[in-house]
Amino acid sequence: MSSDILIEVKDLHKSFGTGKIHALNGISTTISRGEVVCIIGPSGSGKSTFLRCLNLLEKPTSGQIIFEGDDLTDKKVNLNLHRQRMGMVFQQFNLFNNMNIMKNLTCAPMKLKKLSKAAAEAKAMELLNRVGLADRADAYPYQLSGGQKQRVAIVRALCMEPDVMLFDEPTSALDPEMVGEVLDVMKELAAAGMTMVVVTHEMGFAREVAHRVVFLDEGKLLEQGTPQQIFGNPQNERLKSFLAKVL
Amino acid sequence: MFEKLKAEFIFNFIEGDRWKYIVNGLGVTLQVTFFALLLGTVIGVIVASIRSSYDQTKDDLRPGPWKVFLTLLNGLCKLYLTVIRGTPVVVQLLIGYFIIFVSSTNTVLVAVLVFGINSGAYITEIIRGGIMSVDHGQFEAGRSIGFSYLQTMQLIIIPQAFKNVLPSLANEFIALLKETAVCGYIGLMDLTKGGDVIRGRTFSAFMPLFAVALIYLLLVIIFSKLVGILERRLRRNEQ
Ligand SMILES: Nc1ncnc2c1ncn2[C@@H]1O[C@H](COP(=O)(O)OP(=O)(O)OP(=O)(O)O)[C@@H](O)[C@H]1O
Ligand SMILES: [Mg+2]
Repeated sequence: MSSDILIEVKDLHKSFGTGKIHALNGISTTISRGEVVCIIGPSGSGKSTFLRCLNLLEKPTSGQIIFEGDDLTDKKVNLNLHRQRMGMVFQQFNLFNNMNIMKNLTCAPMKLKKLSKAAAEAKAMELLNRVGLADRADAYPYQLSGGQKQRVAIVRALCMEPDVMLFDEPTSALDPEMVGEVLDVMKELAAAGMTMVVVTHEMGFAREVAHRVVFLDEGKLLEQGTPQQIFGNPQNERLKSFLAKVL
Repeated sequence: MFEKLKAEFIFNFIEGDRWKYIVNGLGVTLQVTFFALLLGTVIGVIVASIRSSYDQTKDDLRPGPWKVFLTLLNGLCKLYLTVIRGTPVVVQLLIGYFIIFVSSTNTVLVAVLVFGINSGAYITEIIRGGIMSVDHGQFEAGRSIGFSYLQTMQLIIIPQAFKNVLPSLANEFIALLKETAVCGYIGLMDLTKGGDVIRGRTFSAFMPLFAVALIYLLLVIIFSKLVGILERRLRRNEQ
């Protein structure tokens, strides 16, 4: 069973500024291979900070992130190599504005994994096809709608063939009519067995797709369980009042 | 009227091959400007990189020799920016010629060095502003996919920053071209000095000085047109 653990988070703390803001107060959890974990919680509870600590975009104040057996907080590990195996999707898409879609998808595989141009483009085309955007390969990011950008952003991460995908509110910046197309792509990914950590306000998605739902509040992990447990039979008072507000 | 102008022209430029002062002077002006801009850009990119990487990573750096080194280097860069931007370029030119490079016999080289070092300070701030103008999300996306700091800068941030700062860079080039007119202070025969020498010979100020002014103006207009074309081409790719 232990070989199935992909990420282990040990007593993670993160404070900002001169230690005044405690965004994370000792979080411990594990994420298994193939698992889809949704993280929910009120605004400012530390969801984004937690997710960004997983690939060390945010440097933990203390605690450990063990990814595939290596402690990412150890300054001897090569973070860049590990990040290649952790795809990240941002709320604001963050496609590379100076590159067209094809370059967005192929530059990292070519530079970092030394794929040939032909191989990288073939892979990109295949994935673009799957999200229905094969005809936009030559477009620039500003020419796409929000939903299209986010689908491309997901494909960009997938082109590196990551072992885990991290999503930070991937649909929060989208017009309502575009939320569905992005969630559909994520559902497909989950069905294909991708390990996913998803910060989301989409309770429907969490209920339908997540294997496990984690509730954060004030930088603490207050409750976790299957969607049935979390949404059907919540124990923690703060979770109950949170759910009462969002459902 | 026209006859008189023609006579003036012949007297000032044709007689005694005095046009050579203008042409040779223009050569010197272009040389100094071009190489100073080259040097200034190299300095600007390096110093801006040091300043930006210090500002962006200082909070995350663990105490150690690298942090000490970067902090020191950053301090040095700040000192450079303060001193260069806080003193007149003519004074820098005189100090360069009579004190720092006093043993050099190559006056053009001294001018290139002084103007390059001077321009570098302004270009540094232009590039730094350009880097800061790029959305931080671009940087995070680059790092999260596995690019190193340098790769992210080179592939994603600098190309976008360059597009943003092109107008300011062009401005700096134009300013530099005109600033080199003080080269005469260290005895360099640039365009301005060439015109002034003719004035001294012919005791007629109008023709040579207006000719010099016109040449500067033409250079600036042509250059601005070229930048405009480049800008439109870069903008075609982005919003
Ligand atoms: N770079 C930062 N500097 C200072 N404080 C920060 C920074 N990033 C986050 N914080 C603070 O840390 C706390 C947790 O923020 P975080 O963004 O993780 O919350 P969140 O759960 O993602 O909220 P939201 O649902 O609004 O996105 C908040 O109090 C926030 O103000
Ligand atoms: Mg957030």
